[in-house]
Amino acid sequence: MTIATRPPRHSFRFRGRNFLALVLKPEMPLANWLAQLDQWLARSPGFFAGKPLILDLAGLSFARSDIAGLIGELKGRAIRILGIEGADASVLDETLPPLLTGGRTSGSVEAVEAIAARPSIAEEPAKGAPPAASPATSHQQVPSLLIETPVRSGQTVINPDGDVIVLGSVASGAEVIAAGSIHVYGALRGRALAGAYGDENARVFCRRFEAELIAVGGYYKVTDDTESHLRQKPVQAWLSGDELKIASLDQNDKEAGKWRKS
Amino acid sequence: MAEVLVVTSGKGGVGKTTSTAALGAALAQTGQNVCVVDFDVGLRNLDLVMGAERRVVYDLINVANGDVRLQQALIRDKRIDTLYLLAASQTRDKDALSEEGVRRCISELRTRFDWVICDSPAGIERGATLAMRYADLAVVVTNPEVSSVRDSDRIIGLLDSKTLKAAQGERMEKFLLLTRYDKIRAGRGDMLSIDDVLEILSIPLLGIIPESEEVLRASNVGAPVTLSNAASAPARAYMDAARRLKGETISMTIPSDRNNLLTKLFGRRAA
Repeated sequence: MTIATRPPRHSFRFRGRNFLALVLKPEMPLANWLAQLDQWLARSPGFFAGKPLILDLAGLSFARSDIAGLIGELKGRAIRILGIEGADASVLDETLPPLLTGGRTSGSVEAVEAIAARPSIAEEPAKGAPPAASPATSHQQVPSLLIETPVRSGQTVINPDGDVIVLGSVASGAEVIAAGSIHVYGALRGRALAGAYGDENARVFCRRFEAELIAVGGYYKVTDDTESHLRQKPVQAWLSGDELKIASLDQNDKEAGKWRKS
Repeated sequence: MAEVLVVTSGKGGVGKTTSTAALGAALAQTGQNVCVVDFDVGLRNLDLVMGAERRVVYDLINVANGDVRLQQALIRDKRIDTLYLLAASQTRDKDALSEEGVRRCISELRTRFDWVICDSPAGIERGATLAMRYADLAVVVTNPEVSSVRDSDRIIGLLDSKTLKAAQGERMEKFLLLTRYDKIRAGRGDMLSIDDVLEILSIPLLGIIPESEEVLRASNVGAPVTLSNAASAPARAYMDAARRLKGETISMTIPSDRNNLLTKLFGRRAA
């Protein structure tokens, strides 16, 4: 019998995190590309600080020593690589960053002159769309995205940097994703994902709560999980520890005010 | 200057073809030159509703591909001189339509007519996006029920992103045509109310077409409802909608067939 000595089971939780990684794609000849990178860094020092970076080597047949050399060059510029994409697994060893697969493109983070990634409304996610050109800001201001029209079913609004403010309604089947908080001044009938890149202090506010799904920092609730007395009410959702809480914003509601951090 | 109007909905079976025929005929009845164009390649129906199915020789695909001249493919309505039909091809599918061909065809229609009304196929794929691509304004046909409303909302999003007007940064004018509206069922709460639909879609209302047997009867005899029985409730509702399209201001009422209930009762008793 082999029953006796099983150690007590502790629940072990994994947490998911989404980050928007920047992808560096070197071009040949490498010396020119590095020179361009240096020019760019001279204009925007510290741009890469604290940002997850992926090296995309698709289409480049680098040997292990080439990759190690390149990573050394980047390290010399204070750029640290989190993982490698598009390389042959056989050329990578444990001294190099791990191979990553399954990445999804998200709206092009064009860091040409503007420091901030541009917020975009996309008809389909990841296709990129009308460039709402954000002027280059010298002092790092977190841009919020103001949408003055209703967000229609099938549309996705993404702001990978800050808040999203929607003046109209968010239709059933529409999706709003923000690094920061989401404010909907009409009815929220679709999905709202605040703090989508890990900000646990983000919140969702809406004038009329009929959402299909609401999420903060990766924790979500679908409508069936929410209390029915909140439906069609003005509510907010926030994260308390690892529980997603939703409460009425209505002053007359008995439940209101519970959210305040005393 | 011609107006190109797309009648669209996303969802099938809500009344796009019926509305295309009725609005086209109603506009033609006011003296406008109108062409109704069937974009439902492979599943054409507008020819049936217009009662022209036995006179189709050439179709939209032939014109778009440049096989024939537009003049050869246009079918003149037998009842109204100013109403024409450009039928779809039944033996082909939507991939047979080229964007360039459609553009050429629409711009030629613009030179000949006051109104070009494009009957969009259901769905959001190639056929539907080509039908709306070159339009100036859109009539979104919606039934007062949740699935139709959500699909309409999706279509409105596409109208704002996939049309030439949207691509040029202009705003596409969109109107809501609420069809199959049943006063009694709406009163009981079985249907979404007009206010609910308007609140969700937030586009201006063009008209409310009451649910009526006249609509079915009209399509079975192959006549737009505004021609088959001009005094019927849906015909009057479509006529009002057509006049609103022309820019007239008409108060929004929901026409009803007078003594509807009494007629039904007596009709049943007599049978």
